[in-house]
Amino acid sequence: MVSLTLPKRIADRDWIKEIEELSGENLFACYQCGKCSAGCPLAFAMDLLPHQVIRLLQLELVNEVLNSSAPWFCVGCLTCATRCPKGVDLAKVMEAIRTLLLREGKEERRPFPLPTEIMTEAPQQASVSAFRKLSL
Amino acid sequence: MRIPYYPGCTLHQKASGLDRSARVTAAALGIELVELPQWQCCGGLIPQIREAYMGLLAPARILVDAQKEGDRLLTLCTFCYNTLKRADRILRDDPESRRRIEDFLEEKYYGVRVVHLLEVLRDEVGWDSVRQQVVRPLDWKVAPYYGCLLLRPYKEIGLDDPEDPTIMEDFLRCLGCTVVNFPAKTECCGSFLSVTKPELAKECSRQIVQKAAQTGAQVIVTTCPLCQFNLDRFQGDGPTSDGRYRSVPILYFTQPLAFALGLDEGVFFPDQHRVSPQRLFSSPTKEGRA
Ligand code: SF4
Ligand code: SF4
Repeated sequence: MVSLTLPKRIADRDWIKEIEELSGENLFACYQCGKCSAGCPLAFAMDLLPHQVIRLLQLELVNEVLNSSAPWFCVGCLTCATRCPKGVDLAKVMEAIRTLLLREGKEERRPFPLPTEIMTEAPQQASVSAFRKLSL
Repeated sequence: MRIPYYPGCTLHQKASGLDRSARVTAAALGIELVELPQWQCCGGLIPQIREAYMGLLAPARILVDAQKEGDRLLTLCTFCYNTLKRADRILRDDPESRRRIEDFLEEKYYGVRVVHLLEVLRDEVGWDSVRQQVVRPLDWKVAPYYGCLLLRPYKEIGLDDPEDPTIMEDFLRCLGCTVVNFPAKTECCGSFLSVTKPELAKECSRQIVQKAAQTGAQVIVTTCPLCQFNLDRFQGDGPTSDGRYRSVPILYFTQPLAFALGLDEGVFFPDQHRVSPQRLFSSPTKEGRA
């Protein structure tokens, strides 16, 4: 039997319910076919694949998900949502996780240095969108 | 026909080439783009989660202003199109969101149909009419690139099939282009990660460019300033280690349109490309060789 010690702040909350409410998605609809991860353009960079994020939540292994890079690398391209045979919109789940973490004010989620060269060259929509996604 | 037009922040500046080529080509095809008297940024992306009213406010303000100008609003940037179209859906379908936004803005919202220039060309101008106005048929081999937000989510956007769209292919064929079968056409370029995690956007983008290069395409055509930037910018960093990489210029769909219609002022914006498309504009066209 695996035992996990969660910090009180994390353990005291029903994260699964909060993620479901915020995203509007039923996490338990997912039957782990893996189609979302197969098509995800950022899967190569994530420490948990999109379908693993859902699986860990189903198993209530919340801590692993909250410490994962996956929600921060998801760009909301909706490839997963378009292909999921169960109609799960993972982009919403990822955004819900990100938002809950941002609301916690986690230190490492505060503004980080941005590559200035690219920032000055990139179209405005890139910075506007990045700040929208990665801040509250 | 007159259509209220929302350029958005990027088209006013970094992607002015898309704005300019769209204005001249639209005018030539009988569409007058009437820029909204006042507008601000749409926020780039629509919030995905529930009750994110703050994120809904920016696109809602644009829509509320746009409804005073007409029953529809034309956009060119893929992000603006997606954000405004989805915001309109949320405001129409979710009474609670609409009530809160209307209360805050102190205005009523009745609905605006958000359209993309591509769909106006398909549904109102018609492909045949576009084809007839081409004076310089393009002898180009083109990879059409849609990316993510022009098509998805299908239920809310509904422009074309989200997995195997053909609107850009149909459009390019009208101009005389040969369209390659490009399986990466709906893959994502890494989006805004280009400013926060450039190495990730670079990986996504280069995969797409490499797949296009393998089809033999001379150029990739897109609608989105961020796709254009990502696909173009990260090619500037040199060939891949496996040596299979070839650079491919990236154009907005309105640039080949301008060239085919003989509107040279809307064709080429040298400061907006790393991989120069100039060669395409000097290559002999079908007409030129005939
Ligand atoms: S595609 Fe849908 S059902 Fe399949 S693993 Fe992903 S979320 Fe679960
Ligand atoms: S929306 Fe996010 S999780 Fe889904 S395919 Fe795109 S990047 Fe991956």
